[in-house]
Amino acid sequence: MCGTCGCSDDANAMITNLQTGEHAHLESEVRPSPAGVSGSHRHDGHDHSHDHAHDHDHGHDHGLDGSAAGRTGAHGATVELERAILQKNNELAERNRSWLRGREILALNLVSSPGSGKTTLLERTIRDLGGCVPFSVIEGDQQTANDAERIKSAGAPSVQINTGAGCHLEADMVMRGLRELKPAPGAVVMIENVGNLVCPALFDLGEAGKVVILSVTEGDDKPSKYPHMFSAAELMILNKIDLLPHVDFDVDKCIAHARETNPGISVVQVSARTGEGLADWYDWLATRRSQTSEAAFGI
Amino acid sequence: MHEMGIVRNIVAIVSEHAAPQRVKRVRLEIGKLSAVMPAAIRFCFDLASAGTVLDGAELEIIEIPGRARCRSCGKELALAGLMLRCPCGSRELVKIAGEELNIKEYELEAA
Repeated sequence: MCGTCGCSDDANAMITNLQTGEHAHLESEVRPSPAGVSGSHRHDGHDHSHDHAHDHDHGHDHGLDGSAAGRTGAHGATVELERAILQKNNELAERNRSWLRGREILALNLVSSPGSGKTTLLERTIRDLGGCVPFSVIEGDQQTANDAERIKSAGAPSVQINTGAGCHLEADMVMRGLRELKPAPGAVVMIENVGNLVCPALFDLGEAGKVVILSVTEGDDKPSKYPHMFSAAELMILNKIDLLPHVDFDVDKCIAHARETNPGISVVQVSARTGEGLADWYDWLATRRSQTSEAAFGI
Repeated sequence: MHEMGIVRNIVAIVSEHAAPQRVKRVRLEIGKLSAVMPAAIRFCFDLASAGTVLDGAELEIIEIPGRARCRSCGKELALAGLMLRCPCGSRELVKIAGEELNIKEYELEAA
């Protein structure tokens, strides 16, 4: 449900541009809704009515185009499809990737459980580096624009995507976010995925890489429990290390678990609260940014 | 529950291809390393297909076991999970099967 005006239903994803205050409902190409029009409106105290119902009258004329209707007889014909289920998402992700690459923009998909400190880490990163690195942030949460508000206060343009019933971001949502943010060439786009260590591993968003954040208040065996996510990530950030004296978290064991599923994963240990270890994260970002500008020219 | 999103994709792709004809059976290929549970797919399918040309269609799921090739010794091995190593000791495994998420075919209802 739209948090501001209560329009639409829970299943609809929504985007809020924190710079303009506008929000719009996202109608996905791959999630057909029975009656949905993407309606954009601004909240400035006026009345607005939502009338999303409209007739769908798509003509289906499959005579010669090779699809089903042209090739069936009296018996139930079998049609070979050989299609990837996530093909549409993957195609849109590739479009995002090319768009980003051509502009030398580094886009990172930040994934973690809820409460690992992703937003706090981003706020701190923007405050520390925002003077020399142009950040833009796409925030994904089921509900509320709280995180995007925090990012905006930290000084970076942000859009909030509310996935409603959805548990992860998909490529079309990121495409819409990029369209709203229009990040400048050379920028860094941080995509903060919905807090969830399962589904975001499946959905390519067009990012350059995934960064998984794990806080030491969680279990040190999490990389073994959620191997898909840890095997898909190129960097693991161990956050909240200022709390290590108070918890039973074994850093070496955790890193061993992560490398068991992903031998090539890089690891940095930080505290977004105290600033400890952040220099390693900033070094990693700087290296990744220079790789991005080299990759843009295919070097 | 990402299976619902995946099933919506399946229904969207097949119905776009088959409509206006009704679909009797859909055959999927799901890799055992894909993080997608066939039981959850079945559970969602009835919900997602209601009111579409796939309403009431039978769902056939072929599960593909995981396989990998070892970068060190070059041998192929079965991969039951993501945390295994090759008998040669190496963990540098390249997955070659088990991550499939495909719609193989569908069968139309007899006219």
